[in-house]
Amino acid sequence: MSVLIFIDHADSHIKKGSFEALTYGADVAKQSGIGAEGLLLGTVNDDLASLGKYGISKVQQVSDEGLNNFDAEVYAKAIEEAVKATGATIIIFSQNQTGKAVAPRVAAGLKAGLASGAITLPDTSNGFVVKKPVFSGKAFANVNISSAIKVISLSPNSYKVNTGEGTATVNQLNISIAAPSVKITAVHKVSGEVPLTEADIVVSGGRGLKGPENWGMIEDLAHTLHAATACSRPVSDSDWRPHHEHVGQTGIQIAPNLYIAIGISGAIQHLAGVNRSKTIVVINKDPEAPFFKAADYGIVGDAFEIVPRLTEEIKKLNNA
Amino acid sequence: MKILVCISKTPDTTSKIAFKEGNTKFEENGVQWIINPYDEWYALVRAIELKEKDASAVLHLITVGGADCDPIIRKSLALGGDEAIRVNAESSDSFYIASQIAEVAKQGGYDLIFTGKETIDYNGSSIGGMVAELLNMPYVSLATKFELAGTTATIDREIEGGEEVCEVTLPVVVSCQKGVAEQRIPNMRGIMAARTKPLKVVEPAAVEALTNIVSFELPAPKAGVKLVAADNVAELVRLLHEEAKAI
Repeated sequence: MSVLIFIDHADSHIKKGSFEALTYGADVAKQSGIGAEGLLLGTVNDDLASLGKYGISKVQQVSDEGLNNFDAEVYAKAIEEAVKATGATIIIFSQNQTGKAVAPRVAAGLKAGLASGAITLPDTSNGFVVKKPVFSGKAFANVNISSAIKVISLSPNSYKVNTGEGTATVNQLNISIAAPSVKITAVHKVSGEVPLTEADIVVSGGRGLKGPENWGMIEDLAHTLHAATACSRPVSDSDWRPHHEHVGQTGIQIAPNLYIAIGISGAIQHLAGVNRSKTIVVINKDPEAPFFKAADYGIVGDAFEIVPRLTEEIKKLNNA
Repeated sequence: MKILVCISKTPDTTSKIAFKEGNTKFEENGVQWIINPYDEWYALVRAIELKEKDASAVLHLITVGGADCDPIIRKSLALGGDEAIRVNAESSDSFYIASQIAEVAKQGGYDLIFTGKETIDYNGSSIGGMVAELLNMPYVSLATKFELAGTTATIDREIEGGEEVCEVTLPVVVSCQKGVAEQRIPNMRGIMAARTKPLKVVEPAAVEALTNIVSFELPAPKAGVKLVAADNVAELVRLLHEEAKAI
């Protein structure tokens, strides 16, 4: 019996969401009085032993170069083998793009119940219950997993990373890896951009900005805050901004520490994608904009005047 | 070529969400039901486009649910597709639902199975992956573009901070999102034709649900917005820094 935490990586580095998953998994293990181990498929340039600081005792690694090329089927089979080899009973993923592809496969392959997008530690007082957002953030469900093996995918930005003293031992797992059936032929990354689902701060623009040519000030503000940029649905539908920036019920759902909405009225569908943000700031010239009801801080006024001033004030703070 | 599209019934995006029976059940009163937008706008429409290009293609739709799903399935058939299958069972457990779809798919011998990237009610993003695993098929999730040449699919999929292009030989399970296709409105001919298309109701296979929803909660209401004057942006920055500790 142990907790096995899947460690996700890209470009030779472990992703931020995996540090959250490691902390979470170690806490799940502590709660149940069992051990916690990480599982890394492929190779990275990061120091694996230092992952002990998140509370895990061991990193299981399958150092097959073929695994640096992501194929959900190959990954799932390798994880299922690792679960059998380690005797793990609880498997943790970060609910990012990789987690969404692999966690359901692993759950089905092991006949394990899956709670996807969890935001709390399991409540084991009566079963094994985790809370997760449903109805695109308009509500939460408490989901009980009744199977012997349990799979949890952790919603990004919902569990605080904790570090302490500790070093993990690294163990090479001998698992034979099948040839992938999905061949990656090209990767298009927007360089220098903070990935939206991993961002602590998100600056988002809506129709109130009038056109794509006015996004310079949004990008300036985002850059000053080391934030990701996002937009509302009408903006991406009009091709002012790329589709992958669309947050809302039918776009990406995010839960950053700070969400700054500029020129977005706050339709219920948009709120559904962002209402788990810890702090919401709304800048809108319409005092009746519904978004103000969901906001923590607001300014009623002209975004074209306020946003550049905001950027200047934040620069002052950064330099202070 | 045989294509299967998984369809789910969800509350309309503008629905007010409420619960009943001690917060254990979704309050369906007054809720407008729609086809899950990802299933309709992207998965189904792309499948219809593929069928339009290849007259020999067969397109089936599947849903897992009670008779109350029939209007949604008919609406889907009005957009396109040859026939629909409804597995007569209700569950919130993704393994249960995926197992039912996989059972039907095994018998159908599909080359291509499309799902939406998630449903807007339970937001699990899990049916496609589970179906693929149960059928031992490759799975490409979060597709933003899908092209087919012979039996080779070229798919753009979302990754963190960008997209990657991948190639896979059929059969394959694909979860679809924005970019894969454009929303369509059913026309009168489609609506008339849908009335006579076959809707087969099959009984569920014996599968054990592995999860259950114990209760629901609504988010705590916000304390109320603190408004800052437009000429005092510095005050907003101070509040964000000192009070919210967000910057």
